Amino acid sequence: MSPILFIEQVLNGLQSGIMLFLMAAGLTLIFGVMGLINLAHGSLYMVGAFAAAAVAGWTGSFVLALAGALAAAAAAGAVIELLVIRRLYDRDHLDQVLATFALILIFSESTRWLFGSFPLYLDVPAALSGPVRLPGGILYPAYRLLIIAVGLVVAAGLFALIARTRIGIQIRAGEADREMIGALGVDISKLYTLVFALGAALAGLAGALVGAIQSVQVGMGEPVLILAFVVIVIGGIGSIKGALVGALLVGLTDTLGSVLLPIFFSSFLEQSSATAVGSALSSMSIYILMAGVLLFKPTGLFGEA
Amino acid sequence: MRRETLLNIVLFALLPATALAAWMLDEPFIITLATKAAILALAGVGLNIALGLGGLISFGHAAFFGLGGYAMGILASHAQSYAPLMESPFLIEGTKSMPVIWLVAIVTSALAALAIGALSLRTSGVYFIMVTLAFGQMLFYFTISWPAYGGEDGLSIYVRNGFPGLNTLDPLTFFGVAFAVLALVLWGAGRLAKSAFGLALSAARQNPERVETVGLAPYRLRLVAFVISGAITGLAGALFADLNRFVSPTMFSWQTSGEIMVFVILGGVGRLFGPVAGAALFILLEHVLGGLSEFWHIYLGLILLLVVLFARGGIVGTIAGREVAHD
Repeated sequence: MSPILFIEQVLNGLQSGIMLFLMAAGLTLIFGVMGLINLAHGSLYMVGAFAAAAVAGWTGSFVLALAGALAAAAAAGAVIELLVIRRLYDRDHLDQVLATFALILIFSESTRWLFGSFPLYLDVPAALSGPVRLPGGILYPAYRLLIIAVGLVVAAGLFALIARTRIGIQIRAGEADREMIGALGVDISKLYTLVFALGAALAGLAGALVGAIQSVQVGMGEPVLILAFVVIVIGGIGSIKGALVGALLVGLTDTLGSVLLPIFFSSFLEQSSATAVGSALSSMSIYILMAGVLLFKPTGLFGEA
Repeated sequence: MRRETLLNIVLFALLPATALAAWMLDEPFIITLATKAAILALAGVGLNIALGLGGLISFGHAAFFGLGGYAMGILASHAQSYAPLMESPFLIEGTKSMPVIWLVAIVTSALAALAIGALSLRTSGVYFIMVTLAFGQMLFYFTISWPAYGGEDGLSIYVRNGFPGLNTLDPLTFFGVAFAVLALVLWGAGRLAKSAFGLALSAARQNPERVETVGLAPYRLRLVAFVISGAITGLAGALFADLNRFVSPTMFSWQTSGEIMVFVILGGVGRLFGPVAGAALFILLEHVLGGLSEFWHIYLGLILLLVVLFARGGIVGTIAGREVAHD
């Protein structure tokens, strides 16, 4: 394999890792602050993608589409937090899993009802549809580079928000001791709604950004949600830094595995069985990575016991 | 007689009564629905051992359901094509015999549950949910990308497998087979819950530190429970595949895990007959709501949400009231 192809794949891995980070960051934040496992996070990703496709269809503007995705996902997040999620904070995880599973059913089928079963398409803006020449003569799609850049900016913003702002202090305090910050006069229920909407907005942004490369369809969120779970297990629950490292690891392993493993097996197997074994193994590679992390650090790389 | 015992008798009689009535009215489709409910209830009984008794929230039981299904699919497809599974070092041929298939399904899913459980049980709480979900998904993607047995398209088996001395092609007979298995497993699960092992497992759910203090290892108790639970769900998978004469990666999907969990919760977590009530209600809803609207999952979601938020304890819990602590 040529080095150019390899670097392209590394960039692809980075791009999918960064998008996974946007999902995993919201999940891990919601779990860290509210102690809630939210299966419906994938639905918020889907809401973002559909909202972006709809707004882009009406206005033709990609920037407005992104804004629409952020607003729709944050609003959907705030609504379900107010109606359903807040009743679940002091329930056990089983109830949380079930209720948010029910939310997935409601979200998916309502979206199918509104938009139909056929995938929608969200076009990459014309200015970004071509490739960019990177140093070393590598041609790489400009839009994917933009995704990486947006993801990195959002990640930096999130770290700054949590480390430097008043809200960030409240979020960290909420992770440490929920009752205490309530006693100190912070309006906990408002904080919870805010954190949930923030996580939802991140998921919606990821959905809209990825929606322009893949098709926008019902059920697009759950595979990403499960990958984000793998990310969190690897990185450690509640740790944003862990989510970033885990997301990049998972993105790179997934992308490079599907390219490199068939090549590796073809060095000593015949072509057809090498492709079969390689693709089967690469589909399992991130789970094997997760199993490996569990063996050595059951609480994840950055998790605390 | 306790209210729950009475309810259990009613629930137990419900499925065969439905099947018999359908047989008399010559409605083979209803018999198939009753068979489906019995098989899904079996899967739920399996999950309930981990979930209800052991407190292990496994979101990956589709893995065992699918393995059971593929045990049936692979063995029967080899018998169908007269091609042996392997020739060296020793000959293994396919089979169309249900008992053999069941045994293979149970052993395969038990082994998988041992491996998945050994890793997943190193974690607890939310981690456990996510890890089991992820391992289920791993097998899902593996079956999709493994081309030998149909890949994404799945495997069709043309004729239902046989049981010695019975004509399984007859819907009522096949219902009888599935229901007999369910009855046997329910009896076993009831015994298990009251056995020394079941009590220790329950104790490990409620207070692991105390269980450790009296010299029992919660990890080992949970692992054994997880293996038993996976094996039963695998058996249900083999039966389910036989009902449809078709296996596909869908059996491994996370939705399948979620649905098996829904049977248990709708019926009542930790109640012996909870999964029976839950699976029967699920099939009924699927049939009734599915006939009303193409988007019946919206209503299913709403019902599920209401049950979780307001009717804790599921059907059995709501009708029979609080669980009796000492019985």
